[in-house]
Amino acid sequence: MIDIKDLQKRFGKLKALDSINVSIQNDGIFAVLGPNGSGKTTLIKCILGMVIPDAGSIRINDQEILGQWAYREKISYMPQIANFPPNLKVFELIRMIKSFRTGITNVDELIALFQLEASLEKKISHLSGGTKQKVNILLTFMIDAPLIILDEPTTGLDPVALMKLKQLILDEKKRGKIILITSHSMAFVNAISDDIVFLLEGKIYFRGSITELKEKTKQPDLEQAIVKLLTSPHA
Amino acid sequence: MKKYILFLFYIGSTNALMSEEIIVCKTCDIASIKHAVKTAQSGDTITVKEGIYNETEIVIDKPLTVMGQNVIIDAGFNGGIFEIIADSVSISGFTLNNTGMSYTKDIAAVYCYRINNFKFENLIINKSQFAILVHKSKNGIIRKNTIVGNAETEAGGGNGIHLWHSNNIEIADNTITGMRDGIYFEFVDNSVILNNRSAENLRYGLHFMFSNYNTYQNNSFENNGAGVAVMFSKFITMENNLFKHNWGTAAYGLLLKEIYDGEISGNQFIQNTTGINVEGSTRINYHNNTFDNNGWGVKIAGGCYDNNFTLNDFINNSFDVSYYGGMNNNTFYQNYWSEYAGYDLNYDGFGDITYRPVKLFSYVVGKTPEAIILMRSLFVDIINFSEKVTPVFTPDQIQDDTPVIDIINKSELND
Amino acid sequence: MLKILKYSFIDLIRSHWSYVYFLFYLILGFVLLFINNDLSKAIITLMNIIIVLTPLIGTLLGVMYYYHSREFTELLLAQPLKRSTIFFGQYLGLSISLTFSLVVGLGIPFLAYGLIQSTVIFNFISLLLIGSLLSFIFTALALNIAIANDDRIKGFGYSILLWLFMAVIYDGLFLVSLVSFSDYPLEKFALGVTVFNPIDLSRIYIVLKLDIAALLGYTGAVFNSFFGTSYGKILSFLLLVLWVIIPSIRIITSSNKKDF
Repeated sequence: MIDIKDLQKRFGKLKALDSINVSIQNDGIFAVLGPNGSGKTTLIKCILGMVIPDAGSIRINDQEILGQWAYREKISYMPQIANFPPNLKVFELIRMIKSFRTGITNVDELIALFQLEASLEKKISHLSGGTKQKVNILLTFMIDAPLIILDEPTTGLDPVALMKLKQLILDEKKRGKIILITSHSMAFVNAISDDIVFLLEGKIYFRGSITELKEKTKQPDLEQAIVKLLTSPHA
Repeated sequence: MKKYILFLFYIGSTNALMSEEIIVCKTCDIASIKHAVKTAQSGDTITVKEGIYNETEIVIDKPLTVMGQNVIIDAGFNGGIFEIIADSVSISGFTLNNTGMSYTKDIAAVYCYRINNFKFENLIINKSQFAILVHKSKNGIIRKNTIVGNAETEAGGGNGIHLWHSNNIEIADNTITGMRDGIYFEFVDNSVILNNRSAENLRYGLHFMFSNYNTYQNNSFENNGAGVAVMFSKFITMENNLFKHNWGTAAYGLLLKEIYDGEISGNQFIQNTTGINVEGSTRINYHNNTFDNNGWGVKIAGGCYDNNFTLNDFINNSFDVSYYGGMNNNTFYQNYWSEYAGYDLNYDGFGDITYRPVKLFSYVVGKTPEAIILMRSLFVDIINFSEKVTPVFTPDQIQDDTPVIDIINKSELND
Repeated sequence: MLKILKYSFIDLIRSHWSYVYFLFYLILGFVLLFINNDLSKAIITLMNIIIVLTPLIGTLLGVMYYYHSREFTELLLAQPLKRSTIFFGQYLGLSISLTFSLVVGLGIPFLAYGLIQSTVIFNFISLLLIGSLLSFIFTALALNIAIANDDRIKGFGYSILLWLFMAVIYDGLFLVSLVSFSDYPLEKFALGVTVFNPIDLSRIYIVLKLDIAALLGYTGAVFNSFFGTSYGKILSFLLLVLWVIIPSIRIITSSNKKDF
């Protein structure tokens, strides 16, 4: 489904991506992990077409995406910071995103799920941080796309909403979708992801399941495994 | 002696009693004006009936009254039409066409030489080199004529009403267009020019050279090369005239050059490139004039002494005053300036701070004409303002200490 | 693109800035008309204000909007939309909302004072046209600056500098060079320099209306054919349009190369 070959990107002197090769063929939940500046955001943005790579290729469903835009129909993206136009009302925002896409489903269920009915008529600038994040989730999951990319989805969510989010992600997985997640919350990653892609200094250091990671680093849990990976990267 | 005068009077009155009317028409015994003049006695009246007459060089050598009734005299471009060399002649009611043109002599529809007491009235003169040409004559009236020329070059064209070495002439209610100068005075004294309209002439609407003690009032000068030029003349009174839309590189509403002791009042200068251009002129009073929407309201060049500007309105001119040369006792006093930004705290009708009408930018444009393209730039406003606060380049004595807050001369001439 | 235009327009027109800007023109219009009670004088004053103010507001709001809506832009970039669609839509939304404040803000007082029956309606329309063109031009220039500078402080700095340069410094340098080279024929130079500054171009448009009498006092043939005929008006208008087109094309080309 996603096939990345020899992807390179520099920002000035900084090598953000250094010959990345990744291939994701099956459905499932994939966590893209790495410390700040490791290149995980750049990688995601390359897939979304927001960052233009210097070299390499990205193919989604066997189609080269560089310089294209229509392929984003197949991607639903949830940005890290939910900073929407402050003077639009929530329902206008939903209507706007709808107008860009096909394959919109279960908007009403999602509104009910996150109890956003009362907020629909409000301007976005009048919403609390948590509510904005719920709107963000709503905008992402109302789109029925085969690839879902979530950038730090847990930020600012209360435990109840977090639970609901987890359930949503698992439901989407059941429908046979590929879900890419970046997150700092190891507990969340641990609970939800099937596979891990670990990036460091623009390179892929590990690719495999959580179990494989634990075995490789000989650590009992994910957090410690990551620390181990970071402190002795050449182990 | 007394008897002699009585005798003269007797002759005169019998003459008047005996004066005959000679009729000219196409089918009459007398079918040409020339013929009529030949047969006429002094003091007779010649009445010309309707029709087109092809005649040139009609010499009038005795006192006559010549009247046309719907008459066109067409000279067919072969020469002048009336040539008057006798006193007490009146000509009226003709349309005079096509005198032709010459570079070697001056051809005119009506020409008079060394005569006294004449009247040219209700004439329509088309395509004439000169329309009315008056040489060395006096005590005449030129009234209610319409002169339309098609002058294309200054060299080839003649003037509408051209006076030379004459005096005591009244020029009133004429309309003159398309000539070189509308009205031209050279060595003409004690004459008046009233209620004329002089427009679209190539050079000047009205032109004075070496002519003294003249008055022009209530005339309008529009769209001429320049409105009025007064040069080398003394004691000219200019009142209640309209100078409008005289546009062009050397176009002025009024051009004053080497004149003395004039009076300029109640005139309106509207939309001229320069309202009044003054060079070398002395003891002129400018009062109650309106300068509205001109490029320059008043341009004063060197050699001007004792000129006083009072009670004038300067409204929306690009530059109100530009000034070269020394102060020379020229003053601005109690004028209205639309750009004045001062205040009148004691409500006496006069602004409490001095107005300086000369802008730095006007000085710059004087030196570098291309800079005009920066007109109304914010930068120009800034330098004008700083110059106003501390004058460095512009003469700081040019100022109106008592600028008037409201428009002084409510326009009556408004059209 | 129309969708993006629509939503950024709605967003902007509801913002405080728009209200303030709109109210400013509304009040300015009423005050000027109240003081002068003369439409044509008020228009002259407004022309002087507008050629300086619309560029300033256009530049400031342009960069501000861009930096403010970065995250939203990223959300849009993740949608199946062309980049040119997104940025051009935002650009149009922004400049149209500024123009809207200008046109409606000034339109209301002038209509209330009987613009329709007056003879100056054409002057008023050209005033609004120039204001709108300047809003479009300087918004486009501002977006170019913002796209090239991720650092907000730099972006704001450059955009204020741009305005200051175009509104004041440019003319200062221009005047100094005219005065110092006044021995040479400068007509073509002067016209050429004017063309490269949209504020100067708009100013010329106004000067052609108000100061034509003074302009015709200048003896040069090039100026005369430029100012003395409708040629000057048409050319300066076309050049202003070109000033809109070129920076807005550049918005698209530079945004196409940019990493977000």
